[in-house]
Formats: sequence, structure tokens, C-alpha cells
Amino acid sequence: MKHFEQQSLSQRLHLDVPLCFGLLVLCGLGLMILYSAGGEDIGILIRQATRMAVAFVIMFLVAQLSPAVIERWSLWIFLIGIAMLVAVLWVGHVGKGAQRWLDLGLFRFQPSELMKLAVPMVVAWYLSNKTLPPNLGNIFIIGMMIIVPVGLIAKQPDLGTSLLVATAGLAVLFISGIRWKFILVFTALCSLCAPILWYFMHDYQKRRVLTLFNPEQDPLGAGYHIIQSMIAVGSGGLYGKGWLNGTQSHLEFLPERSTDFIFAVYCEEFGLMGVLLLLSIYLFIIARGLYIATNAQQTYGKLLAAALTLTFFVYVFVNMGMVIGQLPVVGVPLPLISHGGTSMVTLMLAFGILMSIQTHRRILSN
Amino acid sequence: MGLKFTLKDIEEESRLVRLRVYTAAAVIILLVLVLVARLFYLQVVRHEHFTTLSQSNRVKVLPIAPIRGLIFSRDEVLVADNQPSFSLELIPEQIDNLDKTIGQLSRLINIDEESISRFKKLRSGKRRFESIPLKFKLSEDEVARFSVERHKFPGVEVIARPYRYYPEKSDLVHVLGYVSRIDEKDLQEIDESDYLGTSHIGKLGVEKAYEDVLHGRVGHQQVEVNVQGRIIRVLERTPPEPGHNIYLTLDLSLQSAASNIMQGKRGAIVAIDPNNGDILALVSSPAYDPNPFVNGIDSKSYKALLSARDTPLINRALNGKYPPGSTIKPFLGIAALTTGVREASDTTWCKGWYSLKGHSHRYRDWKKTGHGHVDLNYAIMQSCDVYFYTLAHDLGITRLNKALTNFGFGTKTGIDIGGESTALAPSIEWKRRVLNLPWYPGETLITGIGQGYVLATPLQLAVATAALANHGKRIYPRLVNKTSDPISGEFTTLSLATPNYVSDYKKEYWDYIIQAMEDVVHGARGTARRSGANAAYRFAGKTGTSQLFSIGQDEKYDKDNVPEHLRDHALFIAFAPVEAPKIALVVVVENGGGGSSIAAPIARQLLDHYLLDESGNLK
Repeated sequence: MKHFEQQSLSQRLHLDVPLCFGLLVLCGLGLMILYSAGGEDIGILIRQATRMAVAFVIMFLVAQLSPAVIERWSLWIFLIGIAMLVAVLWVGHVGKGAQRWLDLGLFRFQPSELMKLAVPMVVAWYLSNKTLPPNLGNIFIIGMMIIVPVGLIAKQPDLGTSLLVATAGLAVLFISGIRWKFILVFTALCSLCAPILWYFMHDYQKRRVLTLFNPEQDPLGAGYHIIQSMIAVGSGGLYGKGWLNGTQSHLEFLPERSTDFIFAVYCEEFGLMGVLLLLSIYLFIIARGLYIATNAQQTYGKLLAAALTLTFFVYVFVNMGMVIGQLPVVGVPLPLISHGGTSMVTLMLAFGILMSIQTHRRILSN
Repeated sequence: MGLKFTLKDIEEESRLVRLRVYTAAAVIILLVLVLVARLFYLQVVRHEHFTTLSQSNRVKVLPIAPIRGLIFSRDEVLVADNQPSFSLELIPEQIDNLDKTIGQLSRLINIDEESISRFKKLRSGKRRFESIPLKFKLSEDEVARFSVERHKFPGVEVIARPYRYYPEKSDLVHVLGYVSRIDEKDLQEIDESDYLGTSHIGKLGVEKAYEDVLHGRVGHQQVEVNVQGRIIRVLERTPPEPGHNIYLTLDLSLQSAASNIMQGKRGAIVAIDPNNGDILALVSSPAYDPNPFVNGIDSKSYKALLSARDTPLINRALNGKYPPGSTIKPFLGIAALTTGVREASDTTWCKGWYSLKGHSHRYRDWKKTGHGHVDLNYAIMQSCDVYFYTLAHDLGITRLNKALTNFGFGTKTGIDIGGESTALAPSIEWKRRVLNLPWYPGETLITGIGQGYVLATPLQLAVATAALANHGKRIYPRLVNKTSDPISGEFTTLSLATPNYVSDYKKEYWDYIIQAMEDVVHGARGTARRSGANAAYRFAGKTGTSQLFSIGQDEKYDKDNVPEHLRDHALFIAFAPVEAPKIALVVVVENGGGGSSIAAPIARQLLDHYLLDESGNLK
């Protein structure tokens, strides 16, 4: 009994204070940028804030589950996700030329989004009672767990998401201590496969990769996004043009400015200094996530917490890299800042799991 | 032992995982440094360069949509118009309380929920100073009511935009087609830069086929915008080039007369000028009003049109495939003479039926008692089936097929608006390829009377009839012969395509067949003599009744016992005046019954309409 009284309020609510703090600051900043990027439309702001509130509630609810429960559910969530991916290929809705949505009557749902969590969960679950580092047989089985959903998502076609899902699964494998020689062999295999992948890519996907190397080649077509985005970023300078003063975004030269390219708006209005601030907030959240991973007591928790944190970083890196013309244009939103609900819910689910891993620690240890 | 092993492992594993987390952290920091380096390069090193680019980005290029060309009939009646349609538009920036304003407006003008939700949807994508439509197609009443109260509504305007309007409604829909909103499928076919600022595109008929003539060229204005994006001044303006006007070959008066006659019937009428291929009338019945399609037809009405049993959406003149029946006989008559299979004077004994040697099946003549001794003239005039069974048998399917394709059966006529069917001139190769079956001799016989596999569109029949009238010159049918530039007023006459020739047959053969067709109408025993009586001019024709319902060997066709949609099609082909043909005509009435009783009188009425003036004299 005494033990429980010693717990702080945040412990009893299963909230990790530093992580919560980081996320709230990020969301606040996100709303501010969105107000500017969305053409000062208060309606968009309210909708986004509502989504954030819902996402926080979901995070809070997930945090109440003990990691043991989440571990037990991992396989089932994964299998359900696979079933839904297959269903999408049969009956999915076509949006922007790709089949990604499943209509569940009340709402539409993107099963590929669920896989961003389900794949690392199932891989961590599988490894939790195996000896680490995993042997070749286990690596092969994990490979299957990753390839099947990634293949199904790539078929939709949604190359960006499929790569992110693969990244999440591979992140678990990396954290689990897979030997470097396997990593080297895998990297070598990937570079060999690249030409084959290129062959199977859709034309628009190829174009996106090609424009990266030479955006000026097609300034009104595929290169337009990248050029306008780089103008926005570059013209922001050291201190930026000031909030609501970005001409690139406000004069509508910048496409997708409230979703995938919102970082360009931020760069234009807040400059390099603002970007450093934003990066610091992201790094703070990532550092806290990795801290939670190293302090977790169960293998499952360690692996999953670290993998989810790494995936979070990959989102940030891929989105920013795309906006500043270092990576091809793939539809990855800037975490917790881009306009839109689906990715936010997934992210906050992940943070809910992190908090669960962190806050159920001491109770389990006694 | 095992337990101990596991415990030791967990400690080792923790160390391993921690090491990997540190490695990952190092990689993350490295990647962030890469990002920062790139950002430093863009925002500090190349800041000046991008600032310049961003400054010059203040100049915007805005498209100006061209005005679509008008369409006139041959007699210069406007048949596709651009009518201003008034829409009520709001500028949110100038309105203090939008909801209240909309509420007040709805007291003057009927504004439904759908309009309001569309308005809100449009609004979210636009700047505050941009005008957003709330309601389209205001009535004149509504415009008047609003104008009176206008001073109470700052920021609300009535704006006129041109919309396509088809004054002839359903009469011309199978010729003109219609324009409608550009959709995904259109986007794949057009260069989007040509359609900036344009919302509509030709979907069917002349509107689609002559899209590039009618559309015009998009204009541009370079404007300077201020920091808020408001247009400060126009720097440069390239005006749009309006689309050219189009003149149809269609005689609107004949077209309307034909449409009226076909009211309530299913079928098609095609009238063509044999001299140049100008289509004078092209009717497919039933038809539909294209106007609702322009701004998007509601799904209920569209479904009704789609599922209607008499398929108004189908253009029967171009896509209706009918057995030509006895109208095929003059064309085979030419083949008989030119191949030498028959001399004009050769006779065939018609006893009311024909059988192949060694077969008991009787191919019956329409006249049960038979026609007796029949020569070619009589066979055409009286439409004797036995003569043509025998002829078909002697020609054989290969020569039959050649005769038909010479006249353009089984191939596209090349009409300028496209979208036509090829129908079918059957051959041994065709049957083997498509049905994977051998050709049977009996099938040759029924091909000889235009039944069986042979199918023709009314347009093909019209072109073939015109070729008869022309002594073998097969013209390309067309619906447009002239365009005009609305600015200079200059006309461009479209050149005629070089016609095909059926073959270099002797004039006497053509004359013989045409005489036989004239006898069909004017001869004492012609099948259409009642339709030819008292005509102010001489015309040539041929009746056809194509069977859809096969009756047993000894049964009798009884109109009243056959379901309506299986009753015979009535056909008639004609051209007039015989000496110098000015019009070739095809009438097809689906399930109408006999060609002589139903189709021929319609043809006579239309020929009179076209050739005679009000007092009944030849024009």
C-alpha cells in the first residue's frame, strides 16, 4: 500500500511528463504554423485541434494498458491488419489514384497506417522470447513478417508507406542486435535489388526520383513542388519573414502547403533559427523515447520503444529531406504538424505505447 | 540450468540493446547534421538567390478562358449557343456576417442546403477576396428581385457567365452531342494547359469531334500581386482567341420534320446529298434533351435515361445495326449484271419457294403463290425473294461479300463525327474467325435477301444509296462543311474528301437498276407504288422488311401474335429526283412492320418537304 502512495499523480495516470511536455509544445507550434499555412482559416485550425485532442485521449487510453497486454495482442493486431490489407485490394476506395481506404461504414480507414505499428509490434513480440541477437532462422521468419505487409501496401500502390512500414520492422531487428555482417549483406542485397525495384515502379514514382536530381528539367510539372519549396526555404534566411508573412505560401506558389510541404512554410516564416528550435523539440522527444527504451525491463518493451522512436525520427527526416530537396517526394507528413488526422492518431498510439512501457515499469518490478 | 542460461542472457541482451540504441542515437545526430547543413546552405549561403526568386514570384500568370465557338445549321439557324447564365457570388472579405447575409439572401432567392454546403466547400480553398458562387442559374425574376435590394448586400454580386445552350433540345442531340464538365477521363486526353480556366468540354457528336475548332486558344494575363495576393495591376495581356463557329450541313427544317415524324417511334432517318456527302438530316429516335447534361444531370434522371427500354442515349443512325432486308437487292442486282452471272433479260421461275439441291428446307418467298417468270427489273420492283435466293446461290458468298463491301457495307463510312459502328458484311473468313464455324450454303441464300448475318447501320445504307444515285461514286458523309473566324468573319470551307468508286461499271447497268428502283415507286406493280403516286418529281426507292422473328416452316407470320419488340423492322431507301439526285434518304422504323406500308410513306413526306416549295412545285 505504501508503495502506491509514493507514486506521483503522473505515475498513477500513466503519463510520462517529459514526453507529454514535448508533444504539447510540438502540437502548439504545429497549430501556429497551420494557421498560417492554411490561409488563416480558423475552421481548419479548430478541426486540427479537435483531432489533436482526440489523439491525446487515444494516447492516454493506450498508456493505461500494461505492456504485457499490448505484447499479447501484437500477433492478433498484425493478423487483422493483414486481413484488412487484403480487403483493401478487393474492395478498397480509390483516392488520388491509389487504393488505400477501407470503408467501415462510420468512417474510412487506412489499414496501411495500422501496419506502421503492427509490424514493429509483431517483430518485437516474436523476438521477446528468443535469444538475442537473433539467429538466421529467426531473421528469416521476421523477414517474412515484414515482406508480406510491405508487399501488400506497395501493391495499392503506396510506395512511401510501404517503405516506412519496412523501416519500422527493420528498426526492431537493428535494436535487437542483429549482427553487422547480416546488416552488410542486407545492404548489399538492397543495392542489388534497386534496379529491379525501379523496373516495377509506376511512372509517377520514377518521375519523382528523377526530378530530385534535376528539378529544373521540368519546372512546371513534377519539379514544380521541389523548386517552389526550395524557394520558400531559401528565402526564409536566418530569421525568417515572420509569422503569416511568407509570400511563397500565402501567394499560393507552394503546393500542399498545409500537408506534406508545411515544413517549407515554417522555414520561410521562421528561418534557420526557427528550424533549429523545431529540430530541438523533435530531438528532445526522440531522446526521451530512446531513454524509455534503454530503461524498459522487458525485451518486448525495449525493442518496441526504441523501434517506434526510430520510426518517428525517420518520418521527421524523410519529410524535411523531401521539402529541402534531398529526398524524393513521397507522401510523408511532418509528424504532429501537417494537417490531417490519420497519421496523427498512429503517432499518438505509438506514444501511448511508449508511456505504457515507461509508467508500468515500477509496478511490474515489485 | 536452462533458467540460469536465460537469466545470464537477459543481462547480456540489455547490454546489446543499449549499445544499439547508442549507435542509433549517433546515426540520428549525424543525419540531423546533414539536414542542418543543407538548410544552412539554402537559407544562409544561397539566401540571396532564393530571395530574388521569391520576389519575382510576385508576378502571377492567370489564364483567360476563350469563348466557345457557336454552331449553326446549314440555313444559319443558331443551334448551339452560349447563353449568359446568372450566378450569385459572394466575396467573404466584404461581408461582416456571412451566415446572416446568406439568411437574408435566401428570403429573396431560393437557396437550398446543397448550394450552401457547396459554397462552404468552395470557400475553404479560396482567398478571402475571391468571389465565390453561391447559386448558379438565377431566374430573371430572382435577378430582378436582387437588383432592387442590392444596396443592402455589399460584397454580393450577380455575375453572368456563358453556358452552352441547345435551343433545338432533343431534335439535334444525336448530331451535336453536348458539352459537359471536364472529368478525369478527359484530363488524360487533353493538354491541361489548353484548358486552364475552362470547365467544359465536348463529350459527344459534333461538340466532341470538332472540339479543337470550337474550343479556341486560352489567353493569359501577367499580373502583379501584392503581399496579400491581391492583383495590383495587369502587366501584360495575351487575349484568348475565341473558338471558331461551325456550320452544319444539316437542313434544320428537314431535320425538324424528320424528328416530328419519328416522334413516338423507334428508328432512324438519314438524308444525305449524294453530290458531296453533306448530311441533310440525321435523326435517331427516341432522343433526349442535352441541356441538363451541360451543368451535370442529376443521377436520378440519368439513370432513367440509361435504363429506358427504348434506349434514347443510343444513336441509332450511327450505331443501330439492322438487317437491311430487301433494301440490299439493288446492290446485288448491280453485282449480278457486272459479274456476268445474270443478263438483264434472264428470268427465274418463282414458284413461291426455293430449295437447295438435295435439301428439303424451303426458303420461302414473301408471296406464297410465287411470282412466276421474273427478270431482274421485276425482281426488284416486286421484291421477289426466290430470284435473289437463286442469284445469291449462283454468286456465292465470296462474290456477295465483295459486292457489299464495294458499297461500304461492313466498313465505317468515315463520317466526320466518328463514333459509328462497322456493322457486318459476312464472309467465310469472318465466320471462321469469329464464330469458329464453317459457312453453310443456306446462309448464302438468306444473305441474298438481307437477312442472316448481314447488318447495316442507317448511315451505311444512306451512303450506299447515294453511291447508287451517283453511278458508283461513294462519298464520305459529313456534318460540318464550313467554319468561320468570329473576329475576322472569314469563312473556311472544309475540303471534300476524295470519294471512293464502287467500280468502273457500265452506265447501262446503273441505269437499269435505277430504272428498276424507279419502277418500285412509279411502276404499276411496284411495292411502294402508293407512296410514289402523284409525285411532282420522279424518285427511285426500295422497300425492305427485316425479320427479327423466325417462323416455322409451315407457319404464317401474324403481326398480332408476335411480341412488339420482335416485329419486323420497316426500311426504305430512296433518292430523288432520279435525273439529277439531290437527296438520298434512308428510313428505318424499328418493329414498325412493312417497309412499303410504314417506311415508304415517311420517305415520300420528307422528299416532298425537301424538294418542293410551299405551293408544291419543284424548288
